[in-house]
Amino acid sequence: MARKRIVTTTINGRKNEFLCEPRQTLLEVLRDVLDLTGTKEGCSNGNCGACTVLLDGRAVDSCLVLAVEVDGAEVETIEGVAPVEGLDPIQHAFLEQAALQCGICTPGFIMSAKALLAENPQPSEAEIRFSLAGNLCRCTGYDKIVRAVQQAAETRVAHR
Amino acid sequence: MRDFEYEAPVTLDAAVSLLAEHDGRARPLAGGTDLIDHVRTGRLKPDLVVDLKKIPELNVLEMGAGGLRLGAAVPCWRIYGHEGIIRDYSALADSVRIIGGMQIQNRASVGGNLCNSGPAADSTPALIALEANCVIAGPNGRREVPAEAFCTGPNMNVLSRGELLVELRFPPRPPKSGSHYRRFIPRNEMDIAVVGVGAAVVLDESGERFVSARIGLGAVAATPLFARDASDLLAGQPVSEEAIRRAAAAARAIVRPIDDKRGTIEFRIHVTGVLVERVLWMAVDRARNVPHS
Repeated sequence: MARKRIVTTTINGRKNEFLCEPRQTLLEVLRDVLDLTGTKEGCSNGNCGACTVLLDGRAVDSCLVLAVEVDGAEVETIEGVAPVEGLDPIQHAFLEQAALQCGICTPGFIMSAKALLAENPQPSEAEIRFSLAGNLCRCTGYDKIVRAVQQAAETRVAHR
Repeated sequence: MRDFEYEAPVTLDAAVSLLAEHDGRARPLAGGTDLIDHVRTGRLKPDLVVDLKKIPELNVLEMGAGGLRLGAAVPCWRIYGHEGIIRDYSALADSVRIIGGMQIQNRASVGGNLCNSGPAADSTPALIALEANCVIAGPNGRREVPAEAFCTGPNMNVLSRGELLVELRFPPRPPKSGSHYRRFIPRNEMDIAVVGVGAAVVLDESGERFVSARIGLGAVAATPLFARDASDLLAGQPVSEEAIRRAAAAARAIVRPIDDKRGTIEFRIHVTGVLVERVLWMAVDRARNVPHS
Protein backbone atom coordinates (compact mmCIF):
# COMPACT_ATOMS: atom_id res chain seq x y z
CA MET A 1 0.00 0.00 0.00
CA ALA A 2 1.32 3.44 -0.93
CA ARG A 3 2.23 5.46 2.13
CA LYS A 4 -0.16 8.14 3.25
CA ARG A 5 0.73 11.75 2.58
CA ILE A 6 0.20 14.84 4.65
CA VAL A 7 -1.56 17.48 2.60
CA THR A 8 -1.67 21.09 3.76
CA THR A 9 -4.34 23.21 2.20
CA THR A 10 -6.79 26.00 2.87
CA ILE A 11 -10.42 24.90 2.79
CA ASN A 12 -13.11 27.56 2.97
CA GLY A 13 -10.59 30.05 4.32
CA ARG A 14 -9.22 27.80 7.05
CA LYS A 15 -5.81 26.14 7.12
CA ASN A 16 -6.27 22.43 7.02
CA GLU A 17 -4.05 19.38 7.18
CA PHE A 18 -5.18 15.90 6.29
CA LEU A 19 -3.73 12.48 5.62
CA CYS A 20 -4.59 10.67 2.43
CA GLU A 21 -3.48 7.93 0.07
CA PRO A 22 -2.42 8.99 -3.42
CA ARG A 23 -5.37 7.10 -4.90
CA GLN A 24 -7.95 9.13 -2.97
CA THR A 25 -9.68 11.85 -4.93
CA LEU A 26 -10.35 15.29 -3.52
CA LEU A 27 -14.05 14.33 -3.52
CA GLU A 28 -13.42 11.27 -1.34
CA VAL A 29 -11.30 13.24 1.11
CA LEU A 30 -13.80 16.09 1.38
CA ARG A 31 -16.70 13.75 2.06
CA ASP A 32 -15.14 10.80 3.91
CA VAL A 33 -12.16 12.33 5.72
CA LEU A 34 -13.18 15.93 6.34
CA ASP A 35 -16.91 15.29 6.62
CA LEU A 36 -17.71 18.06 4.16
CA THR A 37 -20.60 16.17 2.63
CA GLY A 38 -22.17 19.15 0.89
CA THR A 39 -20.10 18.28 -2.17
CA LYS A 40 -21.98 15.47 -3.92
CA GLU A 41 -20.83 12.44 -5.85
CA GLY A 42 -22.69 11.96 -9.11
CA CYS A 43 -21.05 10.19 -12.03
CA SER A 44 -17.48 10.21 -10.70
CA ASN A 45 -16.15 10.57 -14.23
CA GLY A 46 -16.28 14.28 -14.93
CA ASN A 47 -19.58 14.48 -16.77
CA CYS A 48 -22.14 15.65 -14.23
CA GLY A 49 -20.43 18.37 -12.19
CA ALA A 50 -22.20 17.45 -8.92
CA CYS A 51 -18.81 17.40 -7.19
CA THR A 52 -17.74 20.85 -8.44
CA VAL A 53 -15.54 22.81 -6.03
CA LEU A 54 -13.29 25.81 -6.54
CA LEU A 55 -9.58 25.06 -6.65
CA ASP A 56 -7.58 28.28 -6.43
CA GLY A 57 -10.75 30.04 -7.52
CA ARG A 58 -11.46 27.88 -10.56
CA ALA A 59 -14.29 25.35 -10.85
CA VAL A 60 -13.10 21.75 -11.07
CA ASP A 61 -14.71 18.32 -10.76
CA SER A 62 -13.32 17.12 -7.42
CA CYS A 63 -13.75 13.49 -8.60
CA LEU A 64 -11.03 14.18 -11.19
CA VAL A 65 -8.51 15.72 -8.78
CA LEU A 66 -6.23 13.64 -6.57
CA ALA A 67 -6.29 14.92 -3.02
CA VAL A 68 -2.47 14.95 -2.97
CA GLU A 69 -2.55 17.48 -5.82
CA VAL A 70 -4.16 20.18 -3.68
CA ASP A 71 -1.18 20.52 -1.33
CA GLY A 72 -0.60 24.27 -0.98
CA ALA A 73 -3.80 25.18 -2.82
CA GLU A 74 -7.02 26.88 -1.77
CA VAL A 75 -10.23 24.91 -1.95
CA GLU A 76 -13.72 26.30 -1.64
CA THR A 77 -16.72 24.03 -1.21
CA ILE A 78 -20.44 24.69 -0.89
CA GLU A 79 -19.97 24.89 2.89
CA GLY A 80 -17.90 28.04 2.39
CA VAL A 81 -20.37 29.92 0.21
CA ALA A 82 -22.86 31.35 2.71
CA PRO A 83 -21.79 34.25 4.94
CA VAL A 84 -22.02 33.78 8.73
CA GLU A 85 -25.57 35.12 8.66
CA GLY A 86 -27.99 34.31 5.85
CA LEU A 87 -27.23 33.13 2.35
CA ASP A 88 -25.11 34.11 -0.62
CA PRO A 89 -27.13 35.90 -3.35
CA ILE A 90 -26.67 32.83 -5.57
CA GLN A 91 -28.13 30.51 -2.94
CA HIS A 92 -30.95 32.96 -2.31
CA ALA A 93 -31.75 33.14 -6.02
CA PHE A 94 -31.84 29.33 -6.32
CA LEU A 95 -34.44 29.27 -3.53
CA GLU A 96 -36.52 32.12 -4.96
CA GLN A 97 -36.55 30.66 -8.44
CA ALA A 98 -37.18 27.13 -7.13
CA ALA A 99 -34.16 26.07 -9.17
CA LEU A 100 -33.98 22.65 -7.58
CA GLN A 101 -36.05 19.58 -6.89
CA CYS A 102 -34.02 16.72 -5.45
CA GLY A 103 -31.07 19.03 -4.84
CA ILE A 104 -28.17 16.70 -5.50
CA CYS A 105 -26.86 18.79 -8.39
CA THR A 106 -27.40 22.08 -6.56
CA PRO A 107 -24.08 22.47 -4.71
CA GLY A 108 -22.23 21.86 -7.96
CA PHE A 109 -24.38 24.36 -9.86
CA ILE A 110 -23.86 26.97 -7.16
CA MET A 111 -20.09 26.53 -7.24
CA SER A 112 -20.04 26.78 -11.04
CA ALA A 113 -22.32 29.83 -10.94
CA LYS A 114 -20.03 31.41 -8.38
CA ALA A 115 -16.99 30.87 -10.60
CA LEU A 116 -18.86 32.19 -13.61
CA LEU A 117 -20.09 35.37 -11.89
CA ALA A 118 -16.65 36.06 -10.43
CA GLU A 119 -15.22 36.11 -13.94
CA ASN A 120 -18.21 37.52 -15.81
CA PRO A 121 -20.55 39.45 -13.46
CA GLN A 122 -23.22 40.03 -16.11
CA PRO A 123 -23.35 36.99 -18.35
CA SER A 124 -25.89 36.61 -21.14
CA GLU A 125 -28.29 33.68 -21.08
CA ALA A 126 -26.17 31.95 -23.73
CA GLU A 127 -23.02 32.47 -21.65
CA ILE A 128 -24.74 31.06 -18.56
CA ARG A 129 -25.88 27.97 -20.47
CA PHE A 130 -22.43 27.47 -22.02
CA SER A 131 -20.62 27.90 -18.70
CA LEU A 132 -22.95 25.58 -16.81
CA ALA A 133 -22.82 22.86 -19.47
CA GLY A 134 -20.55 20.82 -17.20
CA ASN A 135 -23.32 20.53 -14.61
CA LEU A 136 -26.21 18.15 -15.18
CA CYS A 137 -29.66 18.30 -13.55
CA ARG A 138 -32.06 15.42 -14.08
CA CYS A 139 -35.09 16.96 -12.31
CA THR A 140 -35.99 20.50 -13.22
CA GLY A 141 -34.66 21.18 -16.63
CA TYR A 142 -32.38 24.14 -16.82
CA ASP A 143 -34.62 27.17 -17.27
CA LYS A 144 -35.10 27.81 -13.55
CA ILE A 145 -31.42 27.35 -12.89
CA VAL A 146 -30.54 29.83 -15.62
CA ARG A 147 -33.08 32.31 -14.23
CA ALA A 148 -31.59 31.90 -10.76
CA VAL A 149 -28.13 32.72 -12.04
CA GLN A 150 -29.54 35.73 -13.90
CA GLN A 151 -31.25 36.90 -10.71
CA ALA A 152 -28.06 36.42 -8.70
CA ALA A 153 -26.15 38.48 -11.25
CA GLU A 154 -28.72 41.28 -11.04
CA THR A 155 -28.71 41.22 -7.23
CA ARG A 156 -24.96 41.38 -7.12
CA VAL A 157 -24.90 44.35 -9.49
CA ALA A 158 -27.63 46.11 -7.48
CA HIS A 159 -25.66 45.64 -4.25
CA ARG A 160 -22.50 47.19 -5.57
CA MET B 1 -9.44 3.23 -7.10
CA ARG B 2 -6.44 0.88 -7.28
CA ASP B 3 -3.40 1.69 -5.20
CA PHE B 4 -0.54 3.67 -6.74
CA GLU B 5 2.40 5.80 -5.66
CA TYR B 6 2.53 9.51 -6.45
CA GLU B 7 5.50 11.72 -7.22
CA ALA B 8 5.56 15.37 -8.23
CA PRO B 9 9.09 16.08 -9.51
CA VAL B 10 10.14 19.67 -10.07
CA THR B 11 12.61 19.02 -12.90
CA LEU B 12 12.20 17.46 -16.32
CA ASP B 13 15.19 15.16 -15.75
CA ALA B 14 13.67 13.78 -12.57
CA ALA B 15 10.38 13.11 -14.36
CA VAL B 16 12.11 11.36 -17.26
CA SER B 17 14.11 9.22 -14.80
CA LEU B 18 11.00 8.26 -12.85
CA LEU B 19 9.15 7.28 -16.01
CA ALA B 20 12.15 5.36 -17.38
CA GLU B 21 12.87 3.52 -14.12
CA HIS B 22 9.31 2.30 -13.88
CA ASP B 23 9.46 0.87 -17.37
CA GLY B 24 5.88 1.29 -18.50
CA ARG B 25 4.33 1.03 -15.03
CA ALA B 26 4.26 4.81 -14.52
CA ARG B 27 1.82 7.28 -16.06
CA PRO B 28 2.28 11.04 -16.32
CA LEU B 29 -0.43 13.26 -14.84
CA ALA B 30 -1.25 16.76 -16.09
CA GLY B 31 -4.93 17.73 -15.74
CA GLY B 32 -5.96 14.17 -14.92
CA THR B 33 -9.33 14.45 -16.63
CA ASP B 34 -8.65 11.28 -18.63
CA LEU B 35 -6.03 9.60 -16.45
CA ILE B 36 -7.96 9.57 -13.17
CA ASP B 37 -11.08 8.26 -14.90
CA HIS B 38 -9.09 5.55 -16.70
CA VAL B 39 -7.41 4.41 -13.46
CA ARG B 40 -10.76 4.33 -11.71
CA THR B 41 -12.33 2.16 -14.41
CA GLY B 42 -9.27 -0.12 -14.56
CA ARG B 43 -8.43 0.74 -18.16
CA LEU B 44 -5.02 1.93 -16.93
CA LYS B 45 -3.16 0.25 -14.07
CA PRO B 46 -0.17 2.39 -13.15
CA ASP B 47 1.99 1.64 -10.10
CA LEU B 48 3.19 5.23 -10.11
CA VAL B 49 1.55 8.49 -11.14
CA VAL B 50 4.04 11.25 -11.99
CA ASP B 51 2.47 14.70 -11.60
CA LEU B 52 4.11 16.97 -14.17
CA LYS B 53 2.54 20.27 -13.12
CA LYS B 54 5.46 21.43 -10.97
CA ILE B 55 7.94 21.27 -13.86
CA PRO B 56 8.53 24.80 -15.20
CA GLU B 57 9.10 23.74 -18.84
CA LEU B 58 5.69 22.10 -18.99
CA ASN B 59 3.95 25.30 -17.86
CA VAL B 60 5.54 27.61 -20.43
CA LEU B 61 3.16 29.82 -22.41
CA GLU B 62 5.19 32.29 -24.44
CA MET B 63 4.51 34.13 -27.66
CA GLY B 64 7.28 35.99 -29.44
CA ALA B 65 9.12 36.51 -32.72
CA GLY B 66 9.92 32.80 -32.81
CA GLY B 67 6.27 31.83 -32.57
CA LEU B 68 4.33 30.21 -29.74
CA ARG B 69 5.64 27.85 -27.07
CA LEU B 70 2.93 25.92 -25.28
CA GLY B 71 4.00 23.73 -22.34
CA ALA B 72 2.39 20.32 -22.40
CA ALA B 73 0.68 20.76 -19.01
CA VAL B 74 -0.81 24.23 -19.63
CA PRO B 75 -4.56 23.96 -18.98
CA CYS B 76 -7.16 24.98 -21.58
CA TRP B 77 -8.33 28.06 -19.66
CA ARG B 78 -4.92 29.71 -19.88
CA ILE B 79 -5.01 29.22 -23.64
CA TYR B 80 -8.48 30.47 -24.55
CA GLY B 81 -7.98 33.45 -22.25
CA HIS B 82 -4.75 34.49 -24.02
CA GLU B 83 -5.34 37.48 -26.32
CA GLY B 84 -2.38 36.68 -28.55
CA ILE B 85 -3.49 33.10 -29.09
CA ILE B 86 -7.08 34.13 -29.81
CA ARG B 87 -5.79 36.51 -32.49
CA ASP B 88 -2.86 34.62 -34.03
CA TYR B 89 -3.60 30.95 -33.29
CA SER B 90 -7.39 31.11 -33.44
CA ALA B 91 -7.91 27.43 -34.29
CA LEU B 92 -6.17 26.45 -31.06
CA ALA B 93 -8.31 28.82 -28.98
CA ASP B 94 -11.46 27.58 -30.78
CA SER B 95 -10.67 23.97 -29.92
CA VAL B 96 -9.75 24.33 -26.24
CA ARG B 97 -12.85 26.42 -25.58
CA ILE B 98 -15.06 23.42 -26.38
CA ILE B 99 -13.16 20.55 -24.76
CA GLY B 100 -15.56 19.37 -22.03
CA GLY B 101 -17.12 22.01 -19.80
CA MET B 102 -15.63 24.71 -17.61
CA GLN B 103 -14.52 22.21 -14.94
CA ILE B 104 -12.63 20.14 -17.49
CA GLN B 105 -11.10 23.20 -19.20
CA ASN B 106 -9.76 24.37 -15.85
CA ARG B 107 -7.66 21.20 -15.58
CA ALA B 108 -7.22 19.55 -18.96
CA SER B 109 -4.18 20.34 -21.11
CA VAL B 110 -3.53 20.26 -24.85
CA GLY B 111 -0.50 18.08 -24.16
CA GLY B 112 -2.73 15.58 -22.38
CA ASN B 113 -5.30 15.72 -25.16
CA LEU B 114 -2.55 14.89 -27.66
CA CYS B 115 -0.90 12.17 -25.53
CA ASN B 116 -4.20 10.40 -24.94
CA SER B 117 -4.23 10.21 -28.74
CA GLY B 118 -7.95 9.79 -29.14
CA PRO B 119 -9.00 9.92 -32.81
CA ALA B 120 -11.63 12.57 -31.91
CA ALA B 121 -9.37 14.81 -29.78
CA ASP B 122 -10.50 18.37 -30.49
CA SER B 123 -7.16 20.12 -30.21
CA THR B 124 -5.18 17.82 -32.52
CA PRO B 125 -6.64 18.97 -35.88
CA ALA B 126 -5.91 22.54 -34.74
CA LEU B 127 -2.31 21.59 -33.94
CA ILE B 128 -1.97 20.01 -37.38
CA ALA B 129 -3.44 23.06 -39.12
CA LEU B 130 -1.16 25.42 -37.19
CA GLU B 131 1.93 23.30 -37.99
CA ALA B 132 2.79 22.51 -34.38
CA ASN B 133 5.90 20.54 -33.54
CA CYS B 134 5.92 18.24 -30.51
CA VAL B 135 9.05 18.49 -28.38
CA ILE B 136 9.69 15.16 -26.67
CA ALA B 137 12.21 14.46 -23.89
CA GLY B 138 13.40 11.00 -22.95
CA PRO B 139 16.30 9.00 -21.55
CA ASN B 140 18.14 9.41 -24.88
CA GLY B 141 17.67 13.17 -25.18
CA ARG B 142 15.24 15.34 -27.09
CA ARG B 143 13.50 14.98 -30.41
CA GLU B 144 10.76 16.75 -32.33
CA VAL B 145 7.84 15.25 -34.18
CA PRO B 146 5.28 17.14 -36.28
CA ALA B 147 1.78 17.06 -34.77
CA GLU B 148 0.39 15.05 -37.70
CA ALA B 149 2.92 12.27 -37.06
CA PHE B 150 2.39 12.04 -33.28
CA CYS B 151 -0.60 9.69 -33.11
CA THR B 152 -0.13 6.19 -34.50
CA GLY B 153 -3.50 4.61 -33.71
CA PRO B 154 -6.44 4.94 -31.33
CA ASN B 155 -4.83 5.87 -27.99
CA MET B 156 -1.38 5.13 -29.40
CA ASN B 157 1.46 7.48 -30.24
CA VAL B 158 5.16 7.79 -30.96
CA LEU B 159 6.24 8.14 -27.31
CA SER B 160 8.45 5.28 -26.22
CA ARG B 161 9.05 4.21 -22.64
CA GLY B 162 10.41 6.97 -20.47
CA GLU B 163 9.59 9.66 -23.02
CA LEU B 164 7.25 12.53 -22.34
CA LEU B 165 5.85 15.46 -24.26
CA VAL B 166 7.45 18.70 -23.04
CA GLU B 167 5.91 21.39 -25.21
CA LEU B 168 4.33 22.28 -28.52
CA ARG B 169 6.05 24.82 -30.74
CA PHE B 170 4.16 26.80 -33.33
CA PRO B 171 5.73 28.94 -36.06
CA PRO B 172 4.92 32.67 -36.05
CA ARG B 173 1.61 33.57 -37.69
CA PRO B 174 2.36 34.53 -41.30
CA PRO B 175 0.97 37.83 -42.65
CA LYS B 176 -2.55 37.51 -44.13
CA SER B 177 -3.22 34.21 -42.41
CA GLY B 178 -6.09 32.91 -40.35
CA SER B 179 -7.28 29.67 -38.79
CA HIS B 180 -10.34 28.00 -37.33
CA TYR B 181 -11.46 24.77 -35.67
CA ARG B 182 -15.02 23.52 -35.63
CA ARG B 183 -16.67 20.20 -34.90
CA PHE B 184 -20.04 18.64 -35.45
CA ILE B 185 -21.87 17.35 -32.37
CA PRO B 186 -25.61 16.76 -31.90
CA ARG B 187 -25.64 18.84 -28.69
CA ASN B 188 -24.62 22.44 -28.14
CA GLU B 189 -21.65 21.59 -25.92
CA MET B 190 -20.02 18.85 -23.79
CA ASP B 191 -19.79 16.16 -26.44
CA ILE B 192 -17.25 14.20 -28.45
CA ALA B 193 -16.69 15.29 -32.04
CA VAL B 194 -18.54 13.31 -34.70
CA VAL B 195 -16.22 15.09 -37.13
CA GLY B 196 -13.75 17.86 -36.27
CA VAL B 197 -11.90 20.08 -38.76
CA GLY B 198 -9.06 22.54 -38.20
CA ALA B 199 -7.69 24.68 -41.00
CA ALA B 200 -5.16 27.47 -41.43
CA VAL B 201 -4.77 29.50 -44.60
CA VAL B 202 -2.21 32.01 -45.84
CA LEU B 203 -3.45 34.48 -48.48
CA ASP B 204 -1.51 36.75 -50.80
CA GLU B 205 -1.43 40.50 -50.24
CA SER B 206 -4.70 41.07 -52.10
CA GLY B 207 -6.47 38.54 -49.87
CA GLU B 208 -7.92 36.95 -53.00
CA ARG B 209 -5.53 34.06 -53.57
CA PHE B 210 -4.31 31.19 -51.38
CA VAL B 211 -0.56 31.07 -50.82
CA SER B 212 -0.89 27.88 -48.78
CA ALA B 213 -3.28 26.00 -46.53
CA ARG B 214 -3.23 23.21 -43.95
CA ILE B 215 -6.26 21.11 -43.09
CA GLY B 216 -6.44 18.75 -40.09
CA LEU B 217 -9.27 16.24 -39.66
CA GLY B 218 -10.50 14.53 -36.48
CA ALA B 219 -12.82 11.59 -35.70
CA VAL B 220 -12.72 10.29 -39.27
CA ALA B 221 -9.89 7.75 -39.06
CA ALA B 222 -7.86 5.76 -36.53
CA THR B 223 -5.79 8.90 -35.91
CA PRO B 224 -6.28 12.60 -36.59
CA LEU B 225 -5.28 13.24 -40.21
CA PHE B 226 -3.37 15.88 -42.12
CA ALA B 227 -5.30 16.30 -45.39
CA ARG B 228 -2.18 16.97 -47.40
CA ASP B 229 -3.62 16.73 -50.91
CA ALA B 230 -6.62 18.87 -50.04
CA SER B 231 -4.26 21.45 -48.54
CA ASP B 232 -1.90 21.43 -51.52
CA LEU B 233 -4.79 21.84 -53.96
CA LEU B 234 -5.46 25.29 -52.53
CA ALA B 235 -1.95 26.70 -52.98
CA GLY B 236 -1.92 29.32 -55.72
CA GLN B 237 -5.68 29.08 -56.27
CA PRO B 238 -8.02 32.08 -56.14
CA VAL B 239 -10.22 32.21 -53.04
CA SER B 240 -13.39 30.86 -54.64
CA GLU B 241 -16.30 28.52 -54.00
CA GLU B 242 -14.87 26.21 -56.63
CA ALA B 243 -11.38 25.94 -55.12
CA ILE B 244 -12.76 25.38 -51.66
CA ARG B 245 -15.22 22.76 -52.91
CA ARG B 246 -12.38 20.89 -54.62
CA ALA B 247 -10.37 20.89 -51.39
CA ALA B 248 -13.39 19.57 -49.48
CA ALA B 249 -13.78 16.75 -52.02
CA ALA B 250 -10.10 15.86 -51.66
CA ALA B 251 -10.49 15.79 -47.86
CA ARG B 252 -13.55 13.53 -48.14
CA ALA B 253 -11.53 11.15 -50.28
CA ILE B 254 -8.97 10.35 -47.56
CA VAL B 255 -11.20 9.83 -44.54
CA ARG B 256 -11.75 6.31 -43.21
CA PRO B 257 -14.34 6.74 -40.47
CA ILE B 258 -16.11 4.09 -38.43
CA ASP B 259 -19.83 3.51 -37.92
CA ASP B 260 -20.79 4.07 -34.32
CA LYS B 261 -23.53 5.57 -32.19
CA ARG B 262 -22.26 9.07 -32.99
CA GLY B 263 -22.54 8.74 -36.74
CA THR B 264 -22.43 6.43 -39.72
CA ILE B 265 -19.55 6.22 -42.16
CA GLU B 266 -21.64 7.89 -44.85
CA PHE B 267 -22.66 10.72 -42.54
CA ARG B 268 -19.12 11.35 -41.33
CA ILE B 269 -17.79 11.50 -44.89
CA HIS B 270 -20.49 13.98 -45.85
CA VAL B 271 -19.96 16.14 -42.76
CA THR B 272 -16.20 16.18 -43.42
CA GLY B 273 -16.86 17.98 -46.70
CA VAL B 274 -19.35 20.42 -45.19
CA LEU B 275 -17.06 21.31 -42.31
CA VAL B 276 -13.93 21.65 -44.44
CA GLU B 277 -15.75 24.24 -46.56
CA ARG B 278 -17.12 26.19 -43.59
CA VAL B 279 -13.84 26.08 -41.67
CA LEU B 280 -11.85 27.24 -44.71
CA TRP B 281 -14.22 30.17 -45.25
CA MET B 282 -13.90 31.20 -41.61
CA ALA B 283 -10.11 30.93 -41.81
CA VAL B 284 -10.18 33.10 -44.97
CA ASP B 285 -12.36 35.64 -43.20
CA ARG B 286 -9.92 35.80 -40.30
CA ALA B 287 -6.93 36.04 -42.64
CA ARG B 288 -8.54 39.07 -44.23
CA ASN B 289 -9.91 40.73 -41.12
CA VAL B 290 -8.09 39.76 -37.92
CA PRO B 291 -5.28 42.29 -37.51
CA HIS B 292 -1.77 40.99 -37.22
CA SER B 293 0.19 41.44 -33.99
